[in-house]
Amino acid sequence: MTGGPVGGRGSILVRQPGLLTTVQDLGRPGLAHLGVPTGGAVDRRAFALANRLVGNPAGAAALEITVAGPELELETGGWVALTGGRAEATLDGRPFPMDVAVRTSAGQVLAVGQLTSGLRAYLAMRGGIAVDPVLGSRATDTLAGLGPPPLASGARLPVGDQAPGDPFQQVAPTPGVDPEPLLRAVRGPRDDLFTDDALATLIATAWTVSSDSDRTGIRLEGPALERRHQVELASEGMAEGSLQVPPDGHPILFLANHPTTGGYPVIAVVAGPDLPLAAQSRPGTRLRFRFVPVEAARDAAAGAGA
Amino acid sequence: MNLRPAGERALLVEVDDLETVHRLHAALRTLDHPGVTELVPGYRTLLVVADPTHAGTLDELAAALPTLELPPAEAVAGDPVEIPVRYDGEDLDEVAHLTGLDAGEVVRRHTAPEYTVAFLGFSPGFPYLVGLDPALEVPRRDTPRTSIPAGSVGLAGTQTGIYPSASPGGWRLIGRTEVTLFDPARDPPALLAPGGRLRFTVAG
Repeated sequence: MTGGPVGGRGSILVRQPGLLTTVQDLGRPGLAHLGVPTGGAVDRRAFALANRLVGNPAGAAALEITVAGPELELETGGWVALTGGRAEATLDGRPFPMDVAVRTSAGQVLAVGQLTSGLRAYLAMRGGIAVDPVLGSRATDTLAGLGPPPLASGARLPVGDQAPGDPFQQVAPTPGVDPEPLLRAVRGPRDDLFTDDALATLIATAWTVSSDSDRTGIRLEGPALERRHQVELASEGMAEGSLQVPPDGHPILFLANHPTTGGYPVIAVVAGPDLPLAAQSRPGTRLRFRFVPVEAARDAAAGAGA
Repeated sequence: MNLRPAGERALLVEVDDLETVHRLHAALRTLDHPGVTELVPGYRTLLVVADPTHAGTLDELAAALPTLELPPAEAVAGDPVEIPVRYDGEDLDEVAHLTGLDAGEVVRRHTAPEYTVAFLGFSPGFPYLVGLDPALEVPRRDTPRTSIPAGSVGLAGTQTGIYPSASPGGWRLIGRTEVTLFDPARDPPALLAPGGRLRFTVAG
């Protein structure tokens, strides 16, 4: 975010970009009324952990790695941490651990291979990725086309000034990725447009994550959710975690890079603390939902500090 | 006023009409509650998104809303923004044919009203406008174009709009403007704002 490192004293050379590797931070909150999505890291928890491990401020930019990781030459070295979906990574050919801050030396090569579970991993470097901010954020917005392009071979990423000293917390064991996540959801805001049967079906079904999913949202395959009324809904603002139901009845779960408004009704909204589970769900994963009262979701969010 | 939770972090406030949406938006912007991160207007709703670390924000707002004083509509709208258009779009003749008007009359009717910016969405700076002359309502193209240049002015159903950036789309194109609707380097980045007014003029 603004006020972060801009010196660009360090650098990373991209030897191979991986399938889809982007620069992400906490996005561009506060501009949705202008049609600008919040965006930013879709698994906020893993992103926050990576920054915390290397002693970065919460909003420092890091790399979001999708499915298969990049090969990076750490031209200036420094503290690095890899979190999120499980990845096989090496540093100069030797196994590189996850969820721990590792001090690298100038010129070492970090290669992140295929993710073995989960969908997205986060790579933070002390000092943060210091590309120029756009509208207060360094994040790549994959929907609106704002921010830096995805990593490409031969690109060089600036890294901000590294504070002296070592990070305080250097190890953070995290639970593995849940193979069949159960997500808490609050009914509404347009649950009254659906049949009782549709609401029962939403929580009774193990939905399959479609391959047609991205940072914008996850398409869910399963039974069609039927509407009580076929009235056209006037477009309205959309919250992250919304389960929007287009006319075909198959819900779309909106992730961080969702559009700001939409014209299809939202049957329920997934609780914030459970969104990282959705963000890590690869195509073919079966997702389940259960309804919780809004107060319970609020308590969970307060407890998660998210 | 009807309050609908949109998850634990957001509240969808449903009101009677678009004018009230804009007045409520203005009132909440003035209130400037520290726990609010987004205020997103729609046609009949305002989505209020809160920072989950500011516990109680949505409850406080829900309690304050029924007695919140809304500014008058005139104070919200501001001066109309003029958008000069070269009316030489690829579909202008087709629109004339579909509407039974001649091209000159299409242009006259398109430049006559003062439009209201209902809200911005779809892409940064993209305005959803109300006020189109019903005589200009035409269906979308059967096959969307894969790329429409930035600044294109088009018609689709009850809507008229301007593409802020090159994108695919099915609107029927009647002209093009040189005006930049969205520029991240500008403050504010969007030329238009929800609740604002807009007029199309014939570019000289």
